[in-house]
Amino acid sequence: MIPAAFEYYRPKDMAGVLSLLEKHGDDARVMAGGHSLIPMMKLRMADVPHLIDLQDVGGMSDIEISGDSIKIGALVTQTKIIDHAGLAEAAPILSEAALQIADPQVRYMGTVGGNVANGDPGNDMPGLMQCLNAIFTVIGTDGERQIAARDFYEGAYATAREDDEVLTAVIIPMPKGGYAYEKQKRKIGDYATAAAAVQIVSGGGACVSASIAMTNLSDVPVFSADAGAALVGTSVDEAALKAAVTAMLGDIDPTEDNRGPVAFKNHVAGIILRRAIARAWSRA
Amino acid sequence: MKDEVTREERVDNLKGLGCSRKRVEDARFTQGKGNYVDDIKLDGMLFGDFVRSPYAHARIKSVNSEPALKVPGVLAVLTADDLRPLGLHWMPTLAGDKQMVLADGKVLFQGQEVAFVVAEDRYAAADGIEAVEVEYEELPVLVNPHEALKSDVVLREDLVAEDGSLPDGAHGPRKHHNHIFTWEAGDREPTEEVLANADVVVEQEMYYHRTHPCPLETCGCVASMDKVNGKLTLWGTFQAPHAIRTVVSLISGIEEHNIRVVSPDIGGGFGNKVGAYPGYVCSVVASIVTGKPVKWIEDRMDNLMTTAFARDYHMTGKISATKEGKITALKCNVVADHGGFDACADPTKFPAGFMNICTGSYDIPTAFLEVDGVYTNKAPGGVSYRCSFRVTEAVYLIERMIEVLAIELNMDAAELRRINFIKKEQFPYKAALGWEYDSGDYHTAWDKALKTVDYAGLRAEQAQRVADFKAGKTRSIMGIGLSFFTEIVGAGPVKNCDILGLGMFDSCEIRIHPTGSAIARLGTISQGQGHATTFAQILASEIGLPADSITIEEGDTDTAPYGLGTYGSRSTPVAGAATAMAGRKIRAKAQMIAAYLLEVHDNDVEFDVDRFVVKGAPEKFKTMKEIAFAAYNQAIPGLEPGLEAVSYYDPPNMTYPFGAYVCVMDIDVDTGVTDIRRFYALDDCGTRINPMIIEGQVHGGLTEALAVALGQEIAYDKQGNVKTGTLMDFFLPTAWEVPNYETDFTVTPSPHHPIGAKGVGESPHVGGVPCFSNAVQDAFRPFGNKHTNMPHDHWRIWQMASKLGMHD
Ligand SMILES: Cc1cc2nc3c(=O)[nH]c(=O)nc-3n(C[C@H](O)[C@H](O)[C@H](O)COP(=O)(O)OP(=O)(O)OC[C@H]3O[C@@H](n4cnc5c(N)ncnc54)[C@H](O)[C@@H]3O)c2cc1C
Repeated sequence: MIPAAFEYYRPKDMAGVLSLLEKHGDDARVMAGGHSLIPMMKLRMADVPHLIDLQDVGGMSDIEISGDSIKIGALVTQTKIIDHAGLAEAAPILSEAALQIADPQVRYMGTVGGNVANGDPGNDMPGLMQCLNAIFTVIGTDGERQIAARDFYEGAYATAREDDEVLTAVIIPMPKGGYAYEKQKRKIGDYATAAAAVQIVSGGGACVSASIAMTNLSDVPVFSADAGAALVGTSVDEAALKAAVTAMLGDIDPTEDNRGPVAFKNHVAGIILRRAIARAWSRA
Repeated sequence: MKDEVTREERVDNLKGLGCSRKRVEDARFTQGKGNYVDDIKLDGMLFGDFVRSPYAHARIKSVNSEPALKVPGVLAVLTADDLRPLGLHWMPTLAGDKQMVLADGKVLFQGQEVAFVVAEDRYAAADGIEAVEVEYEELPVLVNPHEALKSDVVLREDLVAEDGSLPDGAHGPRKHHNHIFTWEAGDREPTEEVLANADVVVEQEMYYHRTHPCPLETCGCVASMDKVNGKLTLWGTFQAPHAIRTVVSLISGIEEHNIRVVSPDIGGGFGNKVGAYPGYVCSVVASIVTGKPVKWIEDRMDNLMTTAFARDYHMTGKISATKEGKITALKCNVVADHGGFDACADPTKFPAGFMNICTGSYDIPTAFLEVDGVYTNKAPGGVSYRCSFRVTEAVYLIERMIEVLAIELNMDAAELRRINFIKKEQFPYKAALGWEYDSGDYHTAWDKALKTVDYAGLRAEQAQRVADFKAGKTRSIMGIGLSFFTEIVGAGPVKNCDILGLGMFDSCEIRIHPTGSAIARLGTISQGQGHATTFAQILASEIGLPADSITIEEGDTDTAPYGLGTYGSRSTPVAGAATAMAGRKIRAKAQMIAAYLLEVHDNDVEFDVDRFVVKGAPEKFKTMKEIAFAAYNQAIPGLEPGLEAVSYYDPPNMTYPFGAYVCVMDIDVDTGVTDIRRFYALDDCGTRINPMIIEGQVHGGLTEALAVALGQEIAYDKQGNVKTGTLMDFFLPTAWEVPNYETDFTVTPSPHHPIGAKGVGESPHVGGVPCFSNAVQDAFRPFGNKHTNMPHDHWRIWQMASKLGMHD
């Protein structure tokens, strides 16, 4: 559990980060909280000769809530999300999800940017951000660009972010309606056996819009547009739930691991989604 | 002044037996001031670590250390070829087998030690490991012992004679090249006859999965050979430091007086730190070669993948009874998976440990047990993980067989236990498989437990829940887990218990200082049990000096008397007895000193709490403090100066703690998630030395039981890869997963132990595992479950529900 030797950098600004990334190319990686990257380095599954710590680069630790959107800096920790009063008001799903990530020690270190940039299918925030239709801001030597969370994930540890780009912020359109983040895990500190993020808007006793994303049930987070659509216009009754689950099952692609065989994961995904929808609907 | 202190206050001042004295160890542990092996830092100390095999079975074609030697900071790379001239490329195991220290031509399990890289620090060692080039040729892998017994693949060529015949193993004839031993207890034919003619017979196969003790501190050592005085010092995470000293002497040829083994603070053992590991041998050799101290510390994955595992018993039970439920016979067959080498830590004559306690708490007239040990491509070990030797397996077997029999008889499982318990008046009770239980009062304990939890009420609630489930009103079912266990601890009588020929007695040596305080040294070693607290309490009550004035010291073979260490709940039954006996020797001499000082005959004084008083004249007395001083400043005719004693205690029998546990659990049949609503644990460990420590031990043992029953396992895939090598997948419960435990007790002292104590550290694990498992199984009993193997993690519970059609 000892990483290979590496150079450690702690630049004071983004220009410093970008020039190091440009100089060392593939051999360099940025580090935020380090709670995904360092374990990988210790297991020697990630070889990072040049490690660039983002902690001293200012301007990425704020949470800004405006009329129609929320901007979360990449270095905002999971703990900060849980503790932020304004967020609890504006987007309570964020703290409901963050509270189900790892344990307090990890959450003090782990960041939103690291969680969404990591590309591990086990991470909870990518699915959450897809449900919320978030936009990621990344910056490179060629300037800034924006990538939708729903377009960001290409495969396990493969994302639309270029190696020499840094993710600086997550922008979330102001969520509406009821919400729920439901996660089944084996124990505290575990990644999801299955998790569902649901946001539902109701009007006149019927579902007006619904957004659904699933975690750790494929090599990428799964935004299931069809599952959401199956609820729209219904009173979220048994038939609608069934239709949503069926649609979701068509989109996920779980694999067998220590958490269980595929049949179990499909079953649990359905149950978790039903519960998430029911809770979100009760809050809508 | 003296007169104002009441007798009661004098008793309280001692903090002796029965006092919930706070643990004296905790001041340093809670302040980060413990001294563990990895805290030891010596001048010029080097660090060694292993190149380990990625394959479970492979021939080693070559090992090239050259690239590693070029890595900055790497000083040496040891391979089997380097150890061969010293005869140290293999080492004896505690089970009479031998084990490769470094791969000698082949590897037999994933993670096996192939080469030892010695470097200036652990970072350089880690880089050196990466640079060693090993060429492997993969061989067919055997991970199932049933298949291993039929396979042509030979795992241990070293145990096959040149003509292809199989020489006897350490425990007699071998049936197959992958077979280690057959061990039998009881009477085969009479048992089979009863089974054949019984009213009711049930047979059940069950697999007690492989798991691991996983102490928080992994194994490690620091070896330091002083070439000037020829003395080797070895600090390590040893549960049996004296045995390690003897083993090191036997295999290295260094005279035993020139070896000092020290166990400093140990962060949990649970059996994992009893045996000898290649890391110890390699560190010693590396220190001799380099002339510098060498440290070796495992990381978590090394520990989980390569050091001693627990369980891995494939068991088949067959039990018979009358129509009324009176049990008439039990037969048990076990195929035991021992991995690549037989490194089980058991007393020599017991290759399956005390598995022959499997008749449990029941009066079973006829029984037979047969265990076959088998080699496979898995890590060696087979230790008693928080239990006396294989007692968890034994108790699991019988507590499951009782449930299975109850299903067959359509009887309540609590009632079935009650009518079969050994009765109070039957003790000492000679069991069919050979043991003589010292004392017990099972009916009283059982009735108390069932009454406390309102057993009848729970069953009524469960029946309602079943009805609700069947009516589609709920998806949650309810289980009531029962277990009544009898442990066998305190190994043990030298007549039948030894390890490597060393009798399993234990020892205590006491020195009383002139001012009335004392130091006592023991042959055991605490790994968290709180010996410094409890042994001082035993002594306080025996010699009348306050526990707070008594230092307990263990773990340094240069100062502690010889003993066989701490595991199998043997410390209190054996070393605790030695402590009491040594205390009594002190008291006997103190009596003579007191009589001299009081100018009366020896028989005219009697001991009273903290003093000797003249019989019939309580105002005339000498306190133990005064007597201690007199021992050093008076010339007493006929008595040597000083006040010291030593006792080596060979127990006449084992002790047999018991207990009654009940678990109430709700289960979500759709997700497999379990919720433990209540856990009640009644323990009878005889005389209770420190109730607070007992409670702590019960909480710990139950938590490890919960882990094993509900998910903790060392799982292998077909290629012999360990699937659960990190704490992400190996379940170690935290406060989050653990319920509130209710503890309770009865007291049935051991008749042969000097203070009547029996040992408790492992009981909750032994009794807890079947209790948690029975709760799960009981929840599914109304839906047709007979037996389902542990671990009961989410997906396996879900699978259980699926098989019973509960998802249709
Ligand atoms: C025991 C344990 C349990 C855990 N359980 C969970 C869980 O249940 N759910 C969950 O979601 N997570 C879990 N995690 C992961 C945790 O939340 C991590 O902190 C998180 O995944 C990564 O955040 P970080 O800030 O630590 O990122 P780092 O480890 O620093 O980085 C992770 C990756 O993202 C890249 N990266 C980081 N920041 C940026 C950026 N601003 N721009 C571009 N690339 C960047 C890094 O180069 C690296 O490749 C667990 C971790 C541990 C140790």
